[in-house]
Amino acid sequence: MPKLIKDGDITEDNWLPADTDAEAPPAGHLPSLAQWQALPDKSGSALQLEPGDDVSNVLPSLDQLVLVAVHFPVFTDGRGFSYGRELRERGYRGELRALGYFLPDQIHYLQRCGFDAFQFSDEARLEEGLRQANLSAEHYQAAIDEPLPLFRRRV
Amino acid sequence: MYLYDQYDQRIVDERVNQFRQQTTRYLEGELSDAEFLPLRLQNGLYVQRLAPMLRIAVPYGMLNSAQLRKLAHITRHYDKGYAHVSTRQNIQLNWPQLEEVPDILEELASVQMHAIQTSGNCIRNTTTDQFAGVAADEREDPRPWCELIRQWSTFHPEFAFLPRKFKIAVCASEEDRAAIHAHDIGVELLANAAGEYGFRVLAGGGLGRTPVIGAVVCDWLEKKHLLTYLEAILRVYNQHGRRDNKYKARIKILVKAMGVDAFREAVEREWEILRDGPSTLTEEAIARSKSFFTAPAYATLDGEASAQSLQARCAAEPIFGNWVLRNTKAHRVPGYRAVTISLKATGFAPGDVTDQQLELLADMADGFSFGELRTTHQQNMVLADVEESALYTLWQQLQAAGLATANIGYLTDIICCPGGDYCSLANAKSLPVAEAIQVRFEDFDYLYDLGPLELNISGCMNACGHHHIGHIGILGVDKKGAEFYQISLGGSQSKDAAIGKILGPSFSQEDVPEIVEKILATYVALREEEETFLQTYNRVGIAPFKEQVYAKTH
Ligand code: SF4
Repeated sequence: MPKLIKDGDITEDNWLPADTDAEAPPAGHLPSLAQWQALPDKSGSALQLEPGDDVSNVLPSLDQLVLVAVHFPVFTDGRGFSYGRELRERGYRGELRALGYFLPDQIHYLQRCGFDAFQFSDEARLEEGLRQANLSAEHYQAAIDEPLPLFRRRV
Repeated sequence: MYLYDQYDQRIVDERVNQFRQQTTRYLEGELSDAEFLPLRLQNGLYVQRLAPMLRIAVPYGMLNSAQLRKLAHITRHYDKGYAHVSTRQNIQLNWPQLEEVPDILEELASVQMHAIQTSGNCIRNTTTDQFAGVAADEREDPRPWCELIRQWSTFHPEFAFLPRKFKIAVCASEEDRAAIHAHDIGVELLANAAGEYGFRVLAGGGLGRTPVIGAVVCDWLEKKHLLTYLEAILRVYNQHGRRDNKYKARIKILVKAMGVDAFREAVEREWEILRDGPSTLTEEAIARSKSFFTAPAYATLDGEASAQSLQARCAAEPIFGNWVLRNTKAHRVPGYRAVTISLKATGFAPGDVTDQQLELLADMADGFSFGELRTTHQQNMVLADVEESALYTLWQQLQAAGLATANIGYLTDIICCPGGDYCSLANAKSLPVAEAIQVRFEDFDYLYDLGPLELNISGCMNACGHHHIGHIGILGVDKKGAEFYQISLGGSQSKDAAIGKILGPSFSQEDVPEIVEKILATYVALREEEETFLQTYNRVGIAPFKEQVYAKTH
C-alpha cells in the first residue's frame, strides 16, 4: 500500500494514482478529471488533478468530494499551489493531497496552500517530509493555514 | 528606513537555518543538483562561470551604515574584497564558497538583511525611485508601499514556483525613475479625477528576448486593495503562464496571448474572491509602514543663503562646481541636496565597489546623510540628504577615494551587466566594451556637450543590462562562436518608455567604440539647438544613423 504523510504522521491508504488513459478509472485508482466528470454519482467521490486542468470544473461539486489529489509531475511546476488555495477558498473541506514528485522542502508552502496529505512518488522522502511537515514558522501573508496576514496580527 | 521587529527577525532567522540544513543535505547527496537549484536560487545563490554568485537583497535600494559595514566585512572575509551593485538595486558577490553561504546569510541576518528571492522563478526584490522621499516631483513616498509589497511577497507560499521570475516596480513621482513600463507589474501612484490617490497597475512589461511595454490592467485602484489585486494577477499568471518554453514564460507573453482585456477579466474574476478579504490593507498597516519612512531630523536652514555660499564655492573651485552640477540634485528641503556617487570611474567595472569604499561610504552616510545610503538601478549610490554646506567636505573625501567622477546621466555612466567575465549565460563580454567606451570618451567637455545619454550593455538576451531601454543599447550576440555586438538606438526608460530599434548588422568588440563615436557625431551634426540625443533621434529616425555607420569608407 502506498505510504503518505497525514495528520502529522506516516500512514498508508489504498488509492493508486490516476490512469489517465483508461476510459473509466480502474479499481483502486483515483479518477482523472475527465473520468470523474463522467461519474453519474459524485457523492463521496475522489479525484486527481493534473497541472493544466481547469479547476472551475470542480467548483460546483466541492461538497461531494472527499479527496482531491493534486499531481506534481515535476516539483518546479507550481500550478498545484494555486489549485489548492482556489479549492480551499471556495469551501472545499475534504482531504487535499499532494501527489508525485515534489520536495520535502515544499511541504510547508503546500500546507499553507491548504494541503493536508503528502504522497511522494519516492517513499525515501517520507522521513524528511514528516520532519518538515511538523515545523512551525512565522509568515507575513494570509493563507489557508493562517487566514490573517501578519499586519493584522502584529502586537 | 524599515526596521525589523521580532516577527521580521524570526522570519529571516528561520530561513537561514532552513538553508543551512538544505546545503548540508545537498552536500551529503540527499538533494540532487536539480532539486537544490531552485532552493538555492530562492536564497540568491547562482552557480556562475567561475564560482557561485550570491545576490543580496537591498529592498528598494535602502541601506544603513551598519549594513554597509557588514557588507564590507563580508566582501573582505568571504569574497575578494569587492561587491557589485546590480541593475535591480541589489548587491552581488562574485566569489563566495558554497559551503560558506549559510554563514554569510547568518551575518546578513544580524543586520536585518538577506538574499531571499533575489533569483529563481518567484517574486523578486521590489524596486523604486532612488530619490524616494526627497524628490521635488514626488506625489507620495513610494517606499511604504514597496515595504508592504515586500512583506506580502516574501515567502509567498503560492507563488514560489512561478513559470518564470517576476519583478515589480513602484513609481510615485512625475518622472518615472523606476522603469515601471519594463516590469512584470508596474505600480504607479496617482490621483483619480476626484483628486484621491490610488494606483494604476500595469502588467506584462519586460525586457529580455521579447521586449514589451507594460499594458494598463487597472486604471485606478483604491490603495487598500493593492495586495489582493497583485495576488489576483499572480494567480492568473501562475495558473496560465506558459511552462513549456522558458523564453515564452514571462507574464508579458501571457498578456499578449490572451489580449489585455481578456487578461484583465481573468484577473477581475480571481479578484472577486480575494477582494475585501483579510489581505485588504488596514489603516493601521498603512500607517505602520509609513511610520518607518518619515523625514529625518532636517536642520532648519536658510535656503537662499545656503545656495549663495554654495554658488560662491562652486565659482571659486570649478572642478567642485562641475561635480555639484552633474552629480547632485535639488532636494525638497531648503539647504539640502541629494548626491549621486558615481560607481562608473573608467578602469573599474560599472557598479563595482570595494570593501574599503563600502566602509568609507558607511562613514559618509553617518557623517552627512542621517546614516542611510541608497543603491540605484543605474548601478550608482545616493546620499539623499546632504546639507549644501557639507558638500565640499564630502566631495574632497569622495575625490580621495576615487568616487567623484562627475558623469551622472552622461555617456560614461554606463549601465552594464557582469557579462561573459562572470556570467555563465553570456554570449559575449560586456565589461571590456564598457571600459573601451569610457576610455574613448575621456574628454569631459565633449561628454557634457553630448548632453544626457544612457548607454546600456547586456551580455545576452536576458537583458540584465537593460540594453533595450538605453538611448544607445549594446547587446552581446554569438555569431558562429565569436562575440559580436548588436547596437540599438532610441530606447527610453522614462514615462515615454520605448524599446530601442536595432541599427543593423552587429560589430566586433574592437569596432564598438568607433561605431558609438559615429552615432554621436551624427547626432551632433543633426541636432537643433538644445535637442538631446533622444529628441534628435525621435525627430530624424534611425536612417541617418544607419547611413553614417554603415557608409563605405572607400
Ligand atoms: S544579460 Fe546575460 S550575460 Fe548579462 S548578466 Fe544577464 S544573463 Fe548574464
